Amino acid sequence: MSKPAAPRSFQEIILRLMTYWASKGCAVLQPYDMEVGAGTFHPATTLRALGSRPWAAAYVQPSRRPTDGRYGENPNRLQHYYQYQVLIKPSPPDLQALYLGSLEAIGIDLDLHDIRFVEDDWESPTLGAWGLGWEVWCDGMEVSQFTYFQQVGGHDCKPVSGELTYGLERLAMYVLGIDHVMQMPFNDPQTAIPLTYGDIFRQTEEEYSRHNFDGATTEMLLRHFEDAEAECERLLAFPAEDPNSGKRIVMAHPAYDQCIKASHLFNLLDARGVISVTERQAYIGRVRALAKKCADAFVMTEAGGWTPETAAEQVGA
Amino acid sequence: MPDLLIELFSEEIPARMQGMARDTLRKMVTDGLVEAGLTYGHAQAFSTPRRLTLALEGLTAESPTTREERKGPATTAPEKAIEGFLRSTGLTLDQLEVRDDKKGQVYFAVIEKPGRAAPEIVAEVLEKTIRNFPWPKSMRWGAGSLRWVRPLHSILCLLTTEAGAEVVALDVDGITSGNTTEGHRFMAPGRFAVTGFEDYAAKLKSAFVVLDAEERAEIIWHDAQQLAFAKGLELVEDKGLLTEVAGLVEWPVALMGEIADTFLGLPPEVLQTSMKEHQKFFSVKNPKTGRIEGFVTVANRETADHGATILKGNLKVLSARLSDAKFFWEHDLRIVKSEGLEGMGAGLANVTFHNKLGSQAARIERIEALAREIAPLVGAQPDLAAEAARVVKSDLRSAMVGEFPELQGLMGGYYARAAGLPEAVAEACKGHYSPLGPSDEVPSAPVTVAVALADKIDTLTGFWAIDEKPTGSKDPFALRRAALGVIRLILSNDLRLNLAEMFEKGNAAADAADLLSFFHDRLKVFLKDQNIRHDVIDAVLAMPGSDDLTLVVKRAEALAALLKTEDGTNLIQGFKRANNILTQAEEKDGVEYSFGADPKFAEEAAEKALFTALDAAEAAIAPAMKAEEFGQAMAEMAKLRAPIDAFFTAVQINVDNQILRRNRLNLLSRIRQICLSVADLTKLEG
Repeated sequence: MSKPAAPRSFQEIILRLMTYWASKGCAVLQPYDMEVGAGTFHPATTLRALGSRPWAAAYVQPSRRPTDGRYGENPNRLQHYYQYQVLIKPSPPDLQALYLGSLEAIGIDLDLHDIRFVEDDWESPTLGAWGLGWEVWCDGMEVSQFTYFQQVGGHDCKPVSGELTYGLERLAMYVLGIDHVMQMPFNDPQTAIPLTYGDIFRQTEEEYSRHNFDGATTEMLLRHFEDAEAECERLLAFPAEDPNSGKRIVMAHPAYDQCIKASHLFNLLDARGVISVTERQAYIGRVRALAKKCADAFVMTEAGGWTPETAAEQVGA
Repeated sequence: MPDLLIELFSEEIPARMQGMARDTLRKMVTDGLVEAGLTYGHAQAFSTPRRLTLALEGLTAESPTTREERKGPATTAPEKAIEGFLRSTGLTLDQLEVRDDKKGQVYFAVIEKPGRAAPEIVAEVLEKTIRNFPWPKSMRWGAGSLRWVRPLHSILCLLTTEAGAEVVALDVDGITSGNTTEGHRFMAPGRFAVTGFEDYAAKLKSAFVVLDAEERAEIIWHDAQQLAFAKGLELVEDKGLLTEVAGLVEWPVALMGEIADTFLGLPPEVLQTSMKEHQKFFSVKNPKTGRIEGFVTVANRETADHGATILKGNLKVLSARLSDAKFFWEHDLRIVKSEGLEGMGAGLANVTFHNKLGSQAARIERIEALAREIAPLVGAQPDLAAEAARVVKSDLRSAMVGEFPELQGLMGGYYARAAGLPEAVAEACKGHYSPLGPSDEVPSAPVTVAVALADKIDTLTGFWAIDEKPTGSKDPFALRRAALGVIRLILSNDLRLNLAEMFEKGNAAADAADLLSFFHDRLKVFLKDQNIRHDVIDAVLAMPGSDDLTLVVKRAEALAALLKTEDGTNLIQGFKRANNILTQAEEKDGVEYSFGADPKFAEEAAEKALFTALDAAEAAIAPAMKAEEFGQAMAEMAKLRAPIDAFFTAVQINVDNQILRRNRLNLLSRIRQICLSVADLTKLEG
């Protein structure tokens, strides 16, 4: 079997990952339309890792880490970047082999490189989630995070989901042999209008770095945090029966949107440097409490594995 | 006799857990087999990142038959009693025997357990081992509920005799045992069958797996040294890293690279830490310059290009890491040069040390005040010690320490020099956390010592004041280590400090007596390692001045030396004899014989000689003790051995003549008094 040719651009790597995971049976989803810190926050991972129903999804998630802003100057650090995320439940027995296949698909020759699975247990204090797994090294460079989810939102994951997270810029820079992220070809460099990563993102990195560190109004952020927190709890307090439709509708997703908002607002406040060390823990705890309530709500929905029968059993038990 | 081979093949096991897992597998399986009545000759356990292996030689083929007789109730006993007996033995009434007993007919149960074949026992023991394996952290995977450190893929379980190999049938949650395994993930994919341990180890090696972690470590160390040597460089030893790296690879291949010139200006510790923590690289030193100029990385495979691609990739990652480190270094130097080291630490006011003990800034103020007090006692200038105390924690706010917390202190030293602070201050920044481990060097520069003591005493008294003391194995604030640090600082610098006074100055709310007794416990542990018995320490701790540890240890050493001499041990016996007789008499008579014996009532020559000897001893011991010449004092005391022995041989104490008896008891009292002025000899054992 001939090895795939080397990709020529950032987007080609993304497209190949899409094609690869689609061929392995994943639903190729689109990014979630909210500001999140990592691909894990997408409800397709956080919520769908819960409950008993099988799931297989892959997607790109634009992610924001306000404190990582470097005004577009650092070759490796960005406040806005892309993660590629795969979640399969239950985790298939050949997940490691499937993962290695995805590396080959994007042009990493497994005969020439040194791929290693190095212990790295994953934990998200804001999501009340943890799992065991590895960071995957290619020639000493971390190219992915590989995790078997054990708990999300305080709930045991049964069955267990296998989660793969690729840091796309870093991985692509490695595959394409680029030293500075801004110089990376975004589309095909041979095309009529070649665009680099910098053509697309240098200016926004500058703007958002300034915004995150100096521009954002902290009083407003604090207020919005409180609002999101209150709204999340309010939405979850509704009774399950919807009087308009007569259906059972738990608003787990809209509530979870508020949790995501609170988390991002916290990250912005952190970047603005207005959160002290002790307060930090308290804020993280508040977001976690929301995530936990959303998880509690989600498992009471159909997608979360709830059925009238299981509900009846629980009442009976 | 059959040999047993077990392999548990899984996804990658964390390197740090492999050693423990090997030992545990061996212990759990062999204990289980022995408990079930089997014996074995030799057991060896192995690990690679993907497998745990156990090889047993000379296992017995079956367990012996056992026979047990149990006496039951009388045949006339109530039905319930008989039923209970049947339940407890698992037999039916017609299986019981009826025998004649003194009191009539009684039921007897004869329970015969036939021997079981090894495969049955092995299967049972292995399943139990897998299900109960004490991984530090374990997980579930897929839809199953089995727990293992990472997904478990296959179980190889084979009993081999001359007749051939037999798979021990086993099914653990759908994972069935077999006789196959896998080699290297990339260099030799696919499963193969094995017939026994030798075949297994040989086939693994040809499938690019070195089974023995020890052997992998040797290969790594040997090859890495050769690579360095060939370039005229030398490998920096790091045993912990070697063990870890040996647990990350099945087929180790060492590759050496050079560090780019632009990074050679970084402190060597930064290079070393960054390479080790992030990349698991060994450092390579140029013996001529003493600088770290290269690294060795260990790949898990051979490649057609002899590792060129792998090395290139690793270099790229390293230069990204070191660019970060260089950025931190330059950034920190800029801050220090513009705002000074104290300026760098300005943000510590916003960092909580402990919610009941205030911010880091408040802590620094306390350390400063204490360092100023301690300085004159350790030969340091108070102002200099205070200046040092103000900046020793500043590097906690540096970008470098933010990234590499283990470089705290060390970076402070570099930044203090860059800020143009006195060398003594820079030394204090670097050394004030010391001594950390038992093998860590103890600082001797006066300013460093003052700040190191102040830092530790502040921590100890602070946590004592809020009642956060160590309990059992719990010592979250490393207070035992802090106390041991104080002890070693005092002893190795021969310092004379009244700890009780220091505690008072550290935090008046701390229970100083309790803290001192905590110190005494640590001291005992410390001196035990120096071969000084705990009862010897108890004997000197009972003396006044027990918060002056240098004094305590000097006394203990002198006493320990005395106890090594024949005179010394005999003297102690003499003292104890005197003390026992005296104590008994005092209890019986209800008085204390301390009036002072009168030589004019001395009748025997030995009695008179003892008077003379005691006078001489008293005259010599008191000044020696005062001059803290404990060896001298002990030697003077030891001179009493012969007179005391002669006295007890020749003289009877409890005579009818009450005047003589009282005088002799009072003489014993002088022995006691003089000996106790040296140490509390009653605390000595034996």
